[in-house]
Amino acid sequence: MPKGLVVALREAVVLSSGFPLLSGVNLELEAQSLSVITGANGAGKTSLLRLLAGLVSLSSGEGTVAGVDLAKGDLRQLRRRVGWLGHEGSFYNDLSVRENLVFAASALARPLKDIDSVLERVGLRSRLETTTKALSAGQRRRLGLAWLLLRRAELWLLDEPYASLDEQGRVFFDALLADVVDAGATVILSAHDPLRSATLRPRQIVLRGGRVESDDS
Amino acid sequence: MIRTAWLVAKKDLLIERRSRVLLWQVVPFGAIALLLSGLALGPTHAGHSSAGPGLFYLVMLFVALLMINRSYVIESTPGTRASVQTLGLDPAGVFLGKSLALCVELWLSGLVLLAGTVLVLHTALHGALLALPSVLVTLAAMAAAGTLYGALTAGGEGAATLLPVLTLPAFAPLLVAGERSFSAALTHSGLWEWWLILAVALVAYVGVGILLYGVLEES
Repeated sequence: MPKGLVVALREAVVLSSGFPLLSGVNLELEAQSLSVITGANGAGKTSLLRLLAGLVSLSSGEGTVAGVDLAKGDLRQLRRRVGWLGHEGSFYNDLSVRENLVFAASALARPLKDIDSVLERVGLRSRLETTTKALSAGQRRRLGLAWLLLRRAELWLLDEPYASLDEQGRVFFDALLADVVDAGATVILSAHDPLRSATLRPRQIVLRGGRVESDDS
Repeated sequence: MIRTAWLVAKKDLLIERRSRVLLWQVVPFGAIALLLSGLALGPTHAGHSSAGPGLFYLVMLFVALLMINRSYVIESTPGTRASVQTLGLDPAGVFLGKSLALCVELWLSGLVLLAGTVLVLHTALHGALLALPSVLVTLAAMAAAGTLYGALTAGGEGAATLLPVLTLPAFAPLLVAGERSFSAALTHSGLWEWWLILAVALVAYVGVGILLYGVLEES
C-alpha cells in the first residue's frame, strides 16, 4: 500500500450466505481526508463500512485498512483503531450518557476526565445523567460523536450520520467533521444522497450493486 | 483480562439494576413456578420435602435460561454490538465478566428460591443451609456454561428456542449433581463426591469459555 493511503481495496468481495454484499470494490483513500459513499438502498454502503471496520471478513480480493491486511491480519487490532457510528445508535439503552462513556473510556484505557470536555463539545453536558433510551434521535447521534471523540480514532466510519439531524445538527456535524479531519483523522461516511454542505468538500464515491460506480477523486 | 472482566460484569449488573428485569420479572416467575410445583404435589409435606431439591433446580433451570437470554439481549440493540466490537475487548475477559454478572444474578435468584423451597415445599431449613455452598457452585457452573452457549446462539434467529436445546446437555450433569448434593445435604449423607463433580465442572466450563469465547464471538 503506498504511503499515505489509509484504505486500499482491490476487487474486494464480501459474501453473506453466498449472496454478494460487495462484488469487487476497488478503492483507495488517503489519510486525513473526508469521503462520502452514496448509493441506493442495498448498494453496499453499510457493508463497505463494516468491511473497513473489520466487522465482516473479506471473502476474496485484497484489502488493507490502516496498515492491517483484511485477509490475513488481526481484525481485532484494526477494530481498536476505528471509530464506528451506526445509523441505529450504538449504546446500552439502560445506561446513562455518563455510564456509556465511562464504559467506553475504561475499555480503551482513556482518562475519564475527558468525558466532560467531550460532552461539552457535542452539547450534551446537561444530559450527563439521562438514560440513553430517553434521548432524542439527534441527541443519540451527538452521543455517538462524543463516543468517537473520546476514542480519538484515526479512522471514523459513520453510517448515515445525517439521518434524523435537523439543520442546526447538520451544521454542527459539518464543523466537527472538518475539525477532526484537520486534526489528522480520516473520515468516511455513508449517505443516501450526495452531501450538500456549505463548508465541506468531500470526495464523493457512488456505489451500485456492490461496486464503485463513480468516484470524483 | 481481569480488568475487562470487571468492567463487563459491572456494566451488566448496572444494566440489570437499572432495568430491574431480574427483580420484577424473573424472580417472581421463579417464585410462582415454585408455588405451582408445590400445589401440583398436593398437601403432603413428606412428598414436598423429598421433591424439594429437584423442583428447586428445575425452576432454577428456567430462571437461568431467561437470564442467559437476557444477558445477550442487552448486547443485541442494533448498532451496540458493532460499537462494542470496535472497542477490541479481550474475549476471555468478556466471557469472565458476563459469567460473573450472570453468576451474581443466579445467586440472588437462587437465594430467594431456596427460601421459597423452605417455605412452600417444606424443605428442612438446616438441610437447605447445608446445601447452600453446593447450590452456589452449581449456579456458578451454570453461569459459565450458559455464557458460553449464550454466545453461540446470540444474534441468531430463534435464539430463545435454540438456547434450551443446546444448553441441556451441558446443564444436565450439573442439575443431576446439584440435586444429588442438595438431597445429600438433607439426609446428611455423602456430600463431598457431588461437590467434587460440581467443582470440576465449574473449572472445566470456565477454562473452555476462556479458550473458546473469542472464536464463538467471531463466528
